[in-house]
Amino acid sequence: MRRWLRYPLLTLALLGLWLLLNESVSPGAFLLGGMLALGGAGAFAALTPPRPRVRRLAAVLRLLRDVLVEVVRSNNAVARIILQPGRAQGRRSGFVLIPLDMKNPYGLAALTCILTATPGTVWVDYDAARSTFLLHVLDLIDEEAWVRIVKDKWERRLMEIFE
Amino acid sequence: MSATLLSWSVLVAQFFLVAAMGCAVFRVLRGPRAQDRVLALDTLYVNAAILVLVFGIRTGVTHYFEVALLITLFGFVATAALSKFLMRGEVIE
Amino acid sequence: MTHAADLPLWAAVLVSLLLLVGSGLALIGSIGLLRLRSFYDRIHAPTLGTTLGIGCVLLASMAFFSVLQTRFVLHEILIAVFMVITTPVTLMLLARAALYRDRSEGSTEVPTLPVDAAQNERPGV
Repeated sequence: MRRWLRYPLLTLALLGLWLLLNESVSPGAFLLGGMLALGGAGAFAALTPPRPRVRRLAAVLRLLRDVLVEVVRSNNAVARIILQPGRAQGRRSGFVLIPLDMKNPYGLAALTCILTATPGTVWVDYDAARSTFLLHVLDLIDEEAWVRIVKDKWERRLMEIFE
Repeated sequence: MSATLLSWSVLVAQFFLVAAMGCAVFRVLRGPRAQDRVLALDTLYVNAAILVLVFGIRTGVTHYFEVALLITLFGFVATAALSKFLMRGEVIE
Repeated sequence: MTHAADLPLWAAVLVSLLLLVGSGLALIGSIGLLRLRSFYDRIHAPTLGTTLGIGCVLLASMAFFSVLQTRFVLHEILIAVFMVITTPVTLMLLARAALYRDRSEGSTEVPTLPVDAAQNERPGV
């Protein structure tokens, strides 16, 4: 039983997913959803992933809010770049190489998702040996500025949460 | 009043989305490279899912939600498999 | 649209705005697919539709059915969660596949392996 309850957050999330999909909170839906959630979490535990240690829930919520703000802001910026004909000549896009201090796989995954989900930046490649990653930026003005943005705005806060 | 407003905005939204799908289809056909086609196909899937959601609002039937969910699911699997294929020339190693 | 006749005006305005913003962003993203020049530029364009585009339409759908049926219709959250998880994965897989193909063809547009690039560009790091 312990194996199935090792990931309580995952179990709860799966149960919530099932209830949302059924649009019902009847005992039957709870029972079936609970069984599926326990089975799913047990299957996940059988994969023996590294244990995540999430600390500071308040920091996670603040981070989510800032990601949302950043997504809205960069949606606007990328829409402008696409629609304005004159800026196509002056704009420069390119790759930036960013050195990272973070080693935690969950933190790296979160950073990847944040950077790729915001329009205008795509995570392209990661070199684990040198812990640097390659970022493609649509509107590249200053490479040093991007290194600072990624490190100060996201990496430091993710390290606080995951390490 | 609200029905008129909503029917017009739904119509405009459907027009936008069909135009967006047209752009994506053009990029699928034009290429120039395989990765451009896969990217455009992924965009096409997402636009189709949004269009189905708008259809749901137009008809007032909640079952369109399941269709949209399935389109996004299959779109993800298709794009992941195609990207893998582009990388190695085979899907399962 | 007779089913929407008893929708209050504020809800109709809200749903209309969200629909127009969402579909407009999806359209702009797809136009970007046509207008931007290189593949690595174009890979940024669909993100508009997959983040705020589908997000706004999902919010519109949730607001519309919740007000119309006077109960919370929340299952659209599932699509939102699913898009949040899958969008970065697909884009990253595609970008890496494109990079791999370009590198193996010896294209000058992309940087070489990160190790070499790091030594060339940042000797101090």
